[in-house]
Amino acid sequence: MTAVDDRPALEVGKDRRRKEDARLITGRTRWTDNMVLPGMLHLAMVRSPFAHANIQNIDTAAAQGAPGVVGVFTGKDLADTQGVNINAWPITADQKTPTHLPVCIERVACAGEIVAVVVARSAAQARDAAELVDVDYEELPAVLDMKEAMKDEVLAHPDLGTNKSAFWRLDSAEQGSGGDVEEAIAKARESGIVIEREYRQQRLVPAFMEPRSTVVDPTGDQMVVWSATQVPHILRFAIAATMGIQESKIRVVAPDVGGGFGGKLQTTPEEFATIAVARKLGKPCKYTETRSESMVSAHHGRDQWQKLTLSAEKDGTVTGLKVELLADLGAYVAIVGGGVPVLGAWMFNAIYKFPAYQFNCQTVLTNKTWVDAYRGAGRPEATYGIERLMDELAAEVGVDPIAIREKNWITKDEFPFTTVAGMTYDSGNYEAATEKALELFGYDELRAEQKRRREAGDPVQLGLGVSTFTEMCGLAPSRVLGSLSYGAGGWESASIRMLATGTVEVVSGATPHGQGHETAWSQIVADRLGIPFENVEVLHGDTQTSPKGLDTYGSRSLVVGGEAIVRAADKVIEKARPIAAHMLEASVDDIEFNAGQFTVRGTDKGVGITDIALATFAAHDLPDGVEPSIDADATFDPVNFSFPHGTHLCAMEVDTETGATTMRKYVCVDDIGTIINPLIVEGQMHGGLVQGIAQALWEGAEYDEQGTLVSGSFVDYTLPTAADTISYVSEHTTSPSTTNTLGTKGVGEAGTIASTPAVVNAIVDAVRHLGINDIQMPCTPERVWKAIQSAGGTQDAAPVADAQPHFDEGTPNQDPAAGTTDGAAQ
Amino acid sequence: MIPTSFDYVAPTSVDEALSVLAEAGDDAKVLAGGQSLLPILRMRLNAPEKVVDLGRIEALRGVRDGGDHIAIGAMTPYCDIVDDALVREHALLLAKAVETVADPQIRHRGTVGGALVHADPAGDVGAPVLALEATLVVVGPGGERTVAASEFFQDLFETSVGDGELLTEIRIPKHTGWGASYEKFVRVSHQWSIVAVAATVRLDGGSIAEARIGLTNMGSTPLRATAVEQALVGKGASDLAEACSAAAEGTNPPSDLNGDADYRRHLAGVLARRAVQKAMEG
Ligand SMILES: Cc1cc2nc3c(=O)[nH]c(=O)nc-3n(C[C@H](O)[C@H](O)[C@H](O)COP(=O)(O)OP(=O)(O)OC[C@H]3O[C@@H](n4cnc5c(N)ncnc54)[C@H](O)[C@@H]3O)c2cc1C
Repeated sequence: MTAVDDRPALEVGKDRRRKEDARLITGRTRWTDNMVLPGMLHLAMVRSPFAHANIQNIDTAAAQGAPGVVGVFTGKDLADTQGVNINAWPITADQKTPTHLPVCIERVACAGEIVAVVVARSAAQARDAAELVDVDYEELPAVLDMKEAMKDEVLAHPDLGTNKSAFWRLDSAEQGSGGDVEEAIAKARESGIVIEREYRQQRLVPAFMEPRSTVVDPTGDQMVVWSATQVPHILRFAIAATMGIQESKIRVVAPDVGGGFGGKLQTTPEEFATIAVARKLGKPCKYTETRSESMVSAHHGRDQWQKLTLSAEKDGTVTGLKVELLADLGAYVAIVGGGVPVLGAWMFNAIYKFPAYQFNCQTVLTNKTWVDAYRGAGRPEATYGIERLMDELAAEVGVDPIAIREKNWITKDEFPFTTVAGMTYDSGNYEAATEKALELFGYDELRAEQKRRREAGDPVQLGLGVSTFTEMCGLAPSRVLGSLSYGAGGWESASIRMLATGTVEVVSGATPHGQGHETAWSQIVADRLGIPFENVEVLHGDTQTSPKGLDTYGSRSLVVGGEAIVRAADKVIEKARPIAAHMLEASVDDIEFNAGQFTVRGTDKGVGITDIALATFAAHDLPDGVEPSIDADATFDPVNFSFPHGTHLCAMEVDTETGATTMRKYVCVDDIGTIINPLIVEGQMHGGLVQGIAQALWEGAEYDEQGTLVSGSFVDYTLPTAADTISYVSEHTTSPSTTNTLGTKGVGEAGTIASTPAVVNAIVDAVRHLGINDIQMPCTPERVWKAIQSAGGTQDAAPVADAQPHFDEGTPNQDPAAGTTDGAAQ
Repeated sequence: MIPTSFDYVAPTSVDEALSVLAEAGDDAKVLAGGQSLLPILRMRLNAPEKVVDLGRIEALRGVRDGGDHIAIGAMTPYCDIVDDALVREHALLLAKAVETVADPQIRHRGTVGGALVHADPAGDVGAPVLALEATLVVVGPGGERTVAASEFFQDLFETSVGDGELLTEIRIPKHTGWGASYEKFVRVSHQWSIVAVAATVRLDGGSIAEARIGLTNMGSTPLRATAVEQALVGKGASDLAEACSAAAEGTNPPSDLNGDADYRRHLAGVLARRAVQKAMEG
């Protein structure tokens, strides 16, 4: 009885302030660029201004002679030692994968590629000398538009003979998880509803706060590489695999890393070049990119055309979904670049019970910056497509967008539910999340206001957008990854070290770059081992201290890495149990563990786990055959993905006179299972929402006809700040995940995945009565205004949806404002 | 990025600054708040050998009452303008425009003089200065001269301030009791104007006795919409649309990622009406 009252309050569920914030926020910490080593040299990169060109000649003489310069290296100079950028996920056996050299030798395939590396005693001297490198380029025709690229008239890589990299398909009839989509569509053309749309997922720049930076020290027995990366373990593997260096001779450290959003899950040309140069010179070297370099040379995200055909019965019951994606990879197939759009294969069907489904994805190479994961990676694109379509279906049927979803979603009694794409969703409750969201939002009142404004012909119209999303995260069961030819497993590792003086080191293979792992992991361990939160130290991101790990991306750290920690902690308890029995002179079977104390059942005799750690350290009196350690390791391989879901509601005001859009209200109710730290979750939600909203409203990487990134600085790449956001209402419902013991689901990408369609749906809803059914992202005021103008701008214009041709009749149907090339509607 | 190396001097008087500039010739660049110059240097779009920092010349800073006008030192930072009592009383339009510039950090460093000489047509200071019919004081080796705002802006990033010259003061005729509004249209808060309209009006009874309208980013320099100004005389608050619809007449706005020229022309009309409406409210 009393034991319960003595228990310390549980840490899990507490809104602990983050342990790491003081140092991260003040910057008094180990960012890679803060690192200074004795005799360290500095690198500057000479980059191609051209999208596609042969390198005729590089004259380095002037740069070699400049003050402070130690060396200038071209691709030729580094040819044997620079390794190669890896593609770890060939999506098909015959995928076309152009060789991606860190420093180009003969040809550049996109603007921003490195053609020479200048090394000098100071960063300023390196930069000055880089200006003196004279590169003679022979410009080649560049292919910049992915639809043009499909024609194979101009080739991004002439030696490949085609721009088409790979074609990947999932068909529910073929794999036996559902019916034949063509039949469903044909039937609907006769007697149902067919919705056909083509949506654009514009290119985005991940825009992490800390520019990428690498410091390499080749002087020790082990070469040490510090890098602003999300993936130190994968980087170590890639270095060993491609640079001819024994893995045991490499130590990679990701010190504190200032954001990534997927943008730092790459192994980069800059890392390889810095390593190659440092080894050549035998001196520590540092390279830190400028923001301008980062914009053009770090990988971009998204960039798809989505041709979507949804079939339904007249009452709005969905019968089929066919997805045809065209995905721009940019100039190279990045580490998981080809696979990112394919992740959409299991997500376009979302929370709906489609009886028939087909997903087709064609990846294509162009002479633009390479594309890879950006927060959500494949799932935001899919969620956007389906959530936009569901609103279109609702409009077609003439019912509320909530009603059309209710009609088609998986109900709470149907879990676990195996979808038409073949995924098994373990848990969820779409009804509960939606009900709560509607109430918090004041949905009915806002609908009434919308009606009033319409009737009054208010120049500022109101629209409500719905997004009832789910996603698959927590990458991932290794077997599933293997079946998809993914180059690695999806397990995560953890170690717990019980120190003699009562504190605990937790070693995690997940690598935070702003998420707050140190705090959350401490909370988990504090509860599990009954140790004060403050006495837990979390170590990560260094292959020397955390030798095993698969790093942080795909909302995997908690659901996979957190579970590894739980298992390691449980092993610690099991290892301590016989020692406790010995110390308490009792039988192991009578030993109970609770809140840090081992007790003998039915007595008040007990010993603390930290006392056992000390006794083990001394090892003076351990039972026979017991090793003097209660430390433990665990590696957890998940059996399934995690499927967070939620209902996001957005109210947007559209100024029909200017096209300006203003967010009025945003409510989201997310089911992310058990919450470890509500404050961290709130942070993830708010940050995630802003990034998703930014895709809808503000961001877009635009190129000109020469292949120059026009939005190459924050003047033109309009990243929002806090001043552009409103206060979001973020609440939760909870259906614990059944695939990990903590019951957690990923939250890192949820806000980004869900919010984009909610915003665009709201904008379209505000002007649908004017005859508009789509506006291309980002929904700039100009695009909104032009859509209103071309729709006639009058209240009684006929909806244009019916007038649109079907895909099979030739021309794609798309909104009049959307061009076939990027920025055509600008 | 890192600028090329340069010599740095920080004179403490205008005369000293002028002689440093005369000596250095073409190779010198004047530094005010650095909010435009530093990005230019860091991106290596310009590589001066000498940077002459005006930051220590106290005489160039502050607002004073000049009788029929207020005089603003060229080195007065934005943040000092926004809350300055003289500015708010006699040139409210300028305060309203300056409030919208960038963000607090930039308003703390950036100066009115720097902005005017930089002459970015998307900058927010030019249009109000033009609309308020300011006179600019320029000093050089040959002494001091004054230039009307209407003569000052010559082209994209070009003013009548020559090499070796300094802008020292902005004199704004008192517009005491005039209502003012600066309608700035942006997509994100820290952005330069896509289009902005500066309007200031003097009312007589309920209607407009005099109006001054300036346009931002509707051409290669700030512009004044004199036809609108005239058409507004005698108009009441509910009667502005027609007069304002001509705001873009004769302009040649740019086309870029934020909008094409046609869209900007349309915006100018809408924003002009809104600006005048708000200006009439106070
Ligand atoms: C992120 C960002 C956002 C911005 N957003 C806006 C915005 O929304 N609206 C806006 O209007 N502006 C904006 N600006 C520009 C800002 O207003 C600048 O401060 C201003 O344009 C220049 O003022 P400055 O004092 O910093 O001048 P500096 O940058 O120091 O100098 C600018 C130029 O003027 C010359 N110069 C300066 N003073 C004198 C003088 N007294 N005599 C002769 N020559 C001189 C310099 O040689 C230089 O060529 C922004 C700037 C940044 C960095």
